[in-house]
Amino acid sequence: MADPRIVPDPRIVIVGAGPAGVRAAETLVAAGVRPIVIDEGGRDGGQIYRRQPEGFRRSYASLYGSEAGRAEDLHRSFEALRDRIDYRPETLAWGIWEKQLHLLQGSRTSEVDFDALIIASGATDRLMPVRGWNRAGVYSLGAAQLALKSQASAIGSRVVFMGSGPLLYLVAAQYSKAGAKVAAVLDTSSFWLRVKALPRLIARPDVLLKGLALTWKLRRARTEIETGITPVEIEGQPETGVETIRFRTNKGQERTVACDAVALGYHLRPEAQLADLARCEFRFDVQTRQFFPVKDTDGRSSVAGIYLAGDGALTLGADAAEASGHLAALAVLTDLGRQVATRDVGRLRRRLRAFERFRRGIADAFPWPASAAAAFSEDTVVCRCENITAGELRAAVTTGSVELNHAKAFSRVGMGRCQGRYCGHAAAEVIAASAGVSIETVGRIRGQPPVKPFVIGAESDAKEGA
Amino acid sequence: MTSSESGRFRRVGEQDRPRLVFSIDGQPAEGCKGDTLLVAMLTQIRHLRSSEFGDGDRAGFCLMGACQDCWVWTDTGERLRACTTPLAAGMCIATKAPEQAWPTLA
Ligand SMILES: Cc1cc2nc3c(=O)[nH]c(=O)nc-3n(C[C@H](O)[C@H](O)[C@H](O)COP(=O)(O)OP(=O)(O)OC[C@H]3O[C@@H](n4cnc5c(N)ncnc54)[C@H](O)[C@@H]3O)c2cc1C
Ligand code: FES
Repeated sequence: MADPRIVPDPRIVIVGAGPAGVRAAETLVAAGVRPIVIDEGGRDGGQIYRRQPEGFRRSYASLYGSEAGRAEDLHRSFEALRDRIDYRPETLAWGIWEKQLHLLQGSRTSEVDFDALIIASGATDRLMPVRGWNRAGVYSLGAAQLALKSQASAIGSRVVFMGSGPLLYLVAAQYSKAGAKVAAVLDTSSFWLRVKALPRLIARPDVLLKGLALTWKLRRARTEIETGITPVEIEGQPETGVETIRFRTNKGQERTVACDAVALGYHLRPEAQLADLARCEFRFDVQTRQFFPVKDTDGRSSVAGIYLAGDGALTLGADAAEASGHLAALAVLTDLGRQVATRDVGRLRRRLRAFERFRRGIADAFPWPASAAAAFSEDTVVCRCENITAGELRAAVTTGSVELNHAKAFSRVGMGRCQGRYCGHAAAEVIAASAGVSIETVGRIRGQPPVKPFVIGAESDAKEGA
Repeated sequence: MTSSESGRFRRVGEQDRPRLVFSIDGQPAEGCKGDTLLVAMLTQIRHLRSSEFGDGDRAGFCLMGACQDCWVWTDTGERLRACTTPLAAGMCIATKAPEQAWPTLA
């Protein structure tokens, strides 16, 4: 008997060829489906397992360190899939209209219809501004890592790493190992929070040990590490950029460190614009003070036919991204009436629960420094695209804007080139503190098509699909 | 060597790649095959463009195509995102938008 739900030749599209997207594609191929895999990048691997350009010779071990085996495994898996998927690199998915995805390749636009869409779009750095972060030489932490991993370059000659989270220590250690000068690691979280978070961090003992080893390596290289600091200012000149960083130590003393580059980051935030355009519901996460798209454990969003996997849905890290990509593809297959092994589903769900417990531990140990936003001086630039200061944003609150998209219309915060990716969370904190309302009420910046600006005049092209 | 002392970025490996010659604001410059335009430029000079809001020079921010702080221009006026554009031999790059580069004849 044919199952009425069975779609004979389902059209399944995956956005993202990182750990989540690759494992989703693999699962679909194993079930006899040929998915379309779209990625903006020229090569597969996503952020963490990003491949270096052709002609670079560094080994897996030197490039990916303790994750070399996982990176190689993911790349091999993808290579094995190449003939059995419709892979479209250098293609941006820029909009969604009902069951149609809008693409841009070079200057060519096209559309593709889908029965199911798996969004595995990954994350970008979560940023808390600091006075002077608009100076040349200040980069996101992820940028510092990309310069090293995919271009064998350091962002400067004396680099300060400031922010919080495991990635701060990881990237600093990678710089140190590559022979770049790490001027200091300045962590806004206090050391004691880490100790207090141990019961949750133990959920992934291997990762915990790797984290401890990193700190130990940095200390052995005599890198200055300060915890519990308060950033004050990145000082320098408009023409030449960063010269020093000023901060308060955990004992309240003000200090400066000379540097020509700063890598800044506080964990990651999901790239959830596509989920937004698909009209998925979002939920507020009290602990990390941000919104995540709603999904069930298996990856079903609140909208039928839209599935979410990897860091683009919930920032659980690379191993979880692989598990959630696998699980989302199984959910797609189940919903299309295919048989899937329930044993796999149970195992993957259990793994994701452990990852979630660990994520909460990390968020306890390295909290988002929400109160910094309330303390911004009036002239601190919050939006570095349009040079909008905390003072201007607070003025918008005085005129009655206590919802982020409303404040955006009045102050232009979040309307610039990055579309609020890097200022959105901090702007919400400034508004909440200034208006005396909860951050949840302030809301979040809505995703808008195109999810990234592109050159006007892109030619339109034929529509594909049934 | 293509990491010049006046540049912002420092090469820490993969230095034996073929050299590619290009130009920045009319000055000759050299990068390596496999460089992004951003890295090729920032190993030579300290900025990519100036902020249109007058707060100084900019040198990119995210390196992953998300912030758009790395826009530069070709001599024909085409806008490029330096962090996701591979360097090609003979590129003529301007750090100012075409309309900014020419004085208005009013
Ligand atoms: C810069 C950076 C560095 C990181 N480094 C580490 C690290 O060293 N160690 C660690 O444990 N974790 C790291 N992380 C976290 C790590 O990225 C994730 O845990 C892991 O890569 C998540 O896998 P994913 O498949 O969910 O997303 P990703 O690996 O980010 O892959 C998402 C893919 O989707 C593509 N994409 C996104 N939006 C679109 C669109 N609209 N159209 C087309 N394609 C799109 C992207 O090009 C990307 O290839 C890093 C994150 C970032 C942002
Ligand atoms: S540096 Fe952010 S888009 Fe290029």
